Amino acid sequence: MTSTLTAPARASRAGAASRAARGTTLLGVLGFATFLALLEVVPRSGLVSPDYLPPLSRIGVALAELAGEAGFWTAIVDTVQGWFLGLAIAVAAGIAAGFVIGTIPVLREFTASTIEFLRPIPSVALIPLAVLVFGSELRSVLLLVIYAAFWQVLLQVLYGVQDVDPVAQETARTFGLHRWARIRHVTWPTALPYVLTGVRLAAAVALILAITAELIIGAPGLGNEIGVAQSGGAVARMYALVIVTGLLGVAVNVLARRLERWLLSWHSSLRREVA
Amino acid sequence: MRIARRVTRAILAALALPAILLTLWWVLTADSESYYLPPLSEILAAVDDVWLHSDRLSADVLPSVLRLFGGFLLAVVIGVALGVAIGSSRRLRAFCEPVLEFLRAIPPPVLVPVLMLVAGIGDTMKVLVIVSGCVWPILLNTVEGVRAVDEVLVETARCYGVRGPSRLWNLVIRSASPQIVAGLRQGLSIGIILMVISEMFAASNGLGFSIIQFQRTFAVTEMWTGILLLGLLGFLLATLMRLFERRALNWYFGLRQAQRGGSR
Repeated sequence: MTSTLTAPARASRAGAASRAARGTTLLGVLGFATFLALLEVVPRSGLVSPDYLPPLSRIGVALAELAGEAGFWTAIVDTVQGWFLGLAIAVAAGIAAGFVIGTIPVLREFTASTIEFLRPIPSVALIPLAVLVFGSELRSVLLLVIYAAFWQVLLQVLYGVQDVDPVAQETARTFGLHRWARIRHVTWPTALPYVLTGVRLAAAVALILAITAELIIGAPGLGNEIGVAQSGGAVARMYALVIVTGLLGVAVNVLARRLERWLLSWHSSLRREVA
Repeated sequence: MRIARRVTRAILAALALPAILLTLWWVLTADSESYYLPPLSEILAAVDDVWLHSDRLSADVLPSVLRLFGGFLLAVVIGVALGVAIGSSRRLRAFCEPVLEFLRAIPPPVLVPVLMLVAGIGDTMKVLVIVSGCVWPILLNTVEGVRAVDEVLVETARCYGVRGPSRLWNLVIRSASPQIVAGLRQGLSIGIILMVISEMFAASNGLGFSIIQFQRTFAVTEMWTGILLLGLLGFLLATLMRLFERRALNWYFGLRQAQRGGSR
């Protein structure tokens, strides 16, 4: 098809594609601007009382004030610390457990029912236990984050290990690769996309649980700041903090996707996208 | 004979580890003096008093579950309706995407204090919190599903003059249903979390409220029964969801099997 196109025709097609892409970006910017404008106009017009939803400009002022406070930056560091530590432990444990269970069929068979039962238990059920045992410190946050994030990773690793091509496995065996070499060169590359999906899901869940723990238990961090702002009636400040958590969430999503792209640049699903 | 043996093995595989874990829990805590870890026998004995022989099932558990279902159903209606609208139009999608991307990234629990301002601490607040958390996975998955509707099916439907509600139900929603159901599953597990958190943060009844109340009054055995009950509820709802998924997507699993060239 493409080979029959003359050079100018090809150029115009490429031009149309880039125009469409520019149109999409423009519409996106327009959409976001509309959203921001609504946040300013709706409270000012009295549709929603400014006591409940202050106009965006006032939230902006509160945001600027926050940025000048040292306590705000410590809160961010606390939240990110709880999120990252919990996520790292959950990912390491999930990958290790997933590979052990996934590569040994008997273990897989005998743990399936237990995993199916434990997985849907909402991690917030552990909040009272965490409070009693650890009080309102980092360890409480970690307990909740790890419990919630672990299952996301474990399940994806189990799917991934199961997805190994039997022909590749037999080929490796025929070539005399040992158990470890087979795991390293056959199972791991097959499972990696699944592992990274698990990490992406776990990263989002871990942030939710870290902030929940701070909000409910009162461990230091952004969640706790939101609770304090709410009970103190500092409405604009509370919205500013909510926006910060949203930005943090966006950053986590973007980071997780970058990691995926970077580690999977060799994988056919991404190569095709580029081509 | 072989079938009988396979069934026995399956039952053994399903029950062995839970039995071992429960026995370990029972034995290891049997003489437990620890304040945080009462013996399992005591916890199980307390279930009867705390939940069955009191009005807690109707006064706490039922309101929680009703709020969860109400919020979840509302989120399904909103999420699927908006998702179909946004997914069907390329321009609308481009317009909404950045905003949705941001709103979705806000951890839903922070909306509890926000919505408390607007709606107080009553049922409305809790249902709104559940809706505002459940709606994103449902909405975004519906958008993805509607976007990926098979072109050939779209053309075929047009040729046969299928339009209006019939097109919406039989073509668009049907094609998107695997993604929609995946969104429902994610939404439900977020919904349970939000149900509990909204009650822990501020409430006068509910499962989450009772558990946190037990913890605050240092009624540790009662607290454990609450944790077990909440875990059981999570498991039950996930099982219901899976049954629904199997029924609703039966055609899809069959189709996939057929495409892979296997028989069912």
